[in-house]
Amino acid sequence: MNTIIISVVTLSLLAVVLAGALYVVAQRFHVEDDGRIDDVEALLPGVNCGGCGFAGCRALAEAAVRRPTMEGVYCPVGGGGVMDAVAALLGKAGAAQAPEPMLAVVRCAGDCTVRPRTNRYDGAASCLVMHRLYKGDTDCAYGCAGHGDCVRVCAFDALSINPATSLPDVRNDRCTACGACVRACPKGLIELRRRGPKGRRIFVACINRDRGGTARRACGAACIACIKCQKVCAFEAITIDNNVAYIDFTKCRLCRKCPGECPTGAIREAGFPPAGMKG
Amino acid sequence: MSVFTDIRRTVYGKERLRTFSIGGAHPPSCKLAAQSATEEMIPEGTVSLFLGQHIGAPAVPVVGKGERVKTGRLVAKANGFVSANIHSSVSGTVLAVEPVADLAGRRMPAIVIQVEGDEWEEGIDRTPDIANDISAIDAATIIRKVSDAGIVGLGGAAFPTHVKLSPPQGKRARTLIINAAECEPYLTSDYRVMLESGEQAIIGALLLQRALDAPEAFIGIEVNKPEAIFHLQKIIRERGYSIRVVPLRQRYPQGSEKQLVEAVAGRRVPSMGLPVDAGAVVQNIGTALAVYEAVQKNKPLIDNCITITGRSAPRQVNAMVRVGTPLSKIAAWAGGIPSDTGKIVCGGPMMGKAVANIDAPTVKTTAAILYIPEREALRRKESNCIRCARCVRACPMGLEPYLLIRLTQCGRYDELQTHRTYDCIECGCCLYSCPARVPLLDYIRIGKEKIKR
Repeated sequence: MNTIIISVVTLSLLAVVLAGALYVVAQRFHVEDDGRIDDVEALLPGVNCGGCGFAGCRALAEAAVRRPTMEGVYCPVGGGGVMDAVAALLGKAGAAQAPEPMLAVVRCAGDCTVRPRTNRYDGAASCLVMHRLYKGDTDCAYGCAGHGDCVRVCAFDALSINPATSLPDVRNDRCTACGACVRACPKGLIELRRRGPKGRRIFVACINRDRGGTARRACGAACIACIKCQKVCAFEAITIDNNVAYIDFTKCRLCRKCPGECPTGAIREAGFPPAGMKG
Repeated sequence: MSVFTDIRRTVYGKERLRTFSIGGAHPPSCKLAAQSATEEMIPEGTVSLFLGQHIGAPAVPVVGKGERVKTGRLVAKANGFVSANIHSSVSGTVLAVEPVADLAGRRMPAIVIQVEGDEWEEGIDRTPDIANDISAIDAATIIRKVSDAGIVGLGGAAFPTHVKLSPPQGKRARTLIINAAECEPYLTSDYRVMLESGEQAIIGALLLQRALDAPEAFIGIEVNKPEAIFHLQKIIRERGYSIRVVPLRQRYPQGSEKQLVEAVAGRRVPSMGLPVDAGAVVQNIGTALAVYEAVQKNKPLIDNCITITGRSAPRQVNAMVRVGTPLSKIAAWAGGIPSDTGKIVCGGPMMGKAVANIDAPTVKTTAAILYIPEREALRRKESNCIRCARCVRACPMGLEPYLLIRLTQCGRYDELQTHRTYDCIECGCCLYSCPARVPLLDYIRIGKEKIKR
């Protein structure tokens, strides 16, 4: 009984003394923080994805409060609406210099049916580890490794590996174009492209820089740099560099001529109504 | 009485066998090809010589398409000091200078030569006589000839040898250590070199010693190769060469530079340092032979000894193979790939690389083609780390592998620096000893790369 009383009393005394010490320290060393930082942070999405280029939402809020203008401070996740609200809160002009809405696009169409597996990879389930070791388990050294490094870094659940194709699928409604997957992909397959009007867009789903024949042998959906698309494009949006075509989305007018021309189907279109519904 | 105890009693008295002090593993040695005498393989078809098969800047080609070359002709010139010349390993016509898929399946620039006969450049002495007179050669000549011959460290790193022979200002190598430990299981090429070209390799070592102006020279050999130890000691005794054979206790990774310096000379190489910081320079026994051939016989580095082995290999072969021969051709020449092969490894089982492209050409440092049967080819399933610290005990560099991979996986790269990740020699002891089969080394390599940037 005695032991219990002694310990209860001792611990209570200790708690009181320490609480007092903490109170004194908190008063003495109180840091006056700009209250607006908390307010701004509350407006931000709060996922700390780093898509803005700052260390997290708090860092962006601090920058927004401290910097004289809102230039260079933009949350791609929250978009123009959030930045307008932040600018209004801080009373700063020239906010929402909203870039066009973007979207992550996986530039590889090499699913299991067109890109046969030529060896069996047995190492750590990480695209980065596999990429450092060798070309990958297909003959295309540029294509998707399929171990989902991009899926793991996505803070918005916008990416998932499709078990049928073993390529990542992007859920357009969830993607905020924060760019985390672009940085995570060791092969540099993911690109942020313009969402396009009504979500319509055309892109080359291949980055294989090998010569046509080599690329084609490795993958049936590879760009073979035949320049057919370049010839048919009326807007000079298509460039061919290092044996691979690229569509500049700032020039592309979505005329839909090139996808039909592509002999391998490397040029993909998305967001258009299905054929036959036109007119 | 085992051979082991026998050696200890008869040759080294009561002295304890030397080795390095921390970590290490003891994989079964499996030297299946040890008794196979070296054969020579002359390639047919095409050979491909990579421009970047050494550490440093890739060489610059000096031949063009359609040009005829003889064996031993310079085809690519070193680009800068830390780089190496490349010579044609065959005679024939240059087909192209184009990207060729390497072991990992990546396309790297290479010179492709169509083989036509085997005609050698003039001035290369191909007689088997041993040229053991080295009295008239000075250090500068040796280094120049080594550099001209495009010799690189054949232990695996492919570091240009002439760079190693020119220590940085203010540092001096007191000790030359010839690495003949061959601690990797299965590999027997160094062993065959010692038995068949022992005297030439010793002369090469003496040339290296002169180039470095080192007062002492040792050859470190693990005791699982008693014949090699006896053979070299006999040559040294008979000819009165001033070099000593140091028998070493069998332990992996004894053949790693830092571990070997500690085992042989008893001096620790400082963290992030080079062996020369401990007053030592380490050269492989194969390199020593190449140096002999370059200096005494004018022969550039165009071939090396490769072991073709595996438990179910049709024939255990040691072969002198010309640089640039496709692995598939070598395998076919040596009896074909066994049907139960699950994986082909280029190099030893500990540090070798799995071959993703069997048509890849060999490079100067290719040491072995190893067939792993299907049932041993795959990794066992990974389970959770139980913090048993076996990896810590196994690490010969005194690192904490389990911690390094957690830091890498969490992206805490700044802490990798404080935990000396850069000291990892990628020997694989951690992975070998891990009961949970965690892919430790895979992630440590990533971590090492991240802190380099």
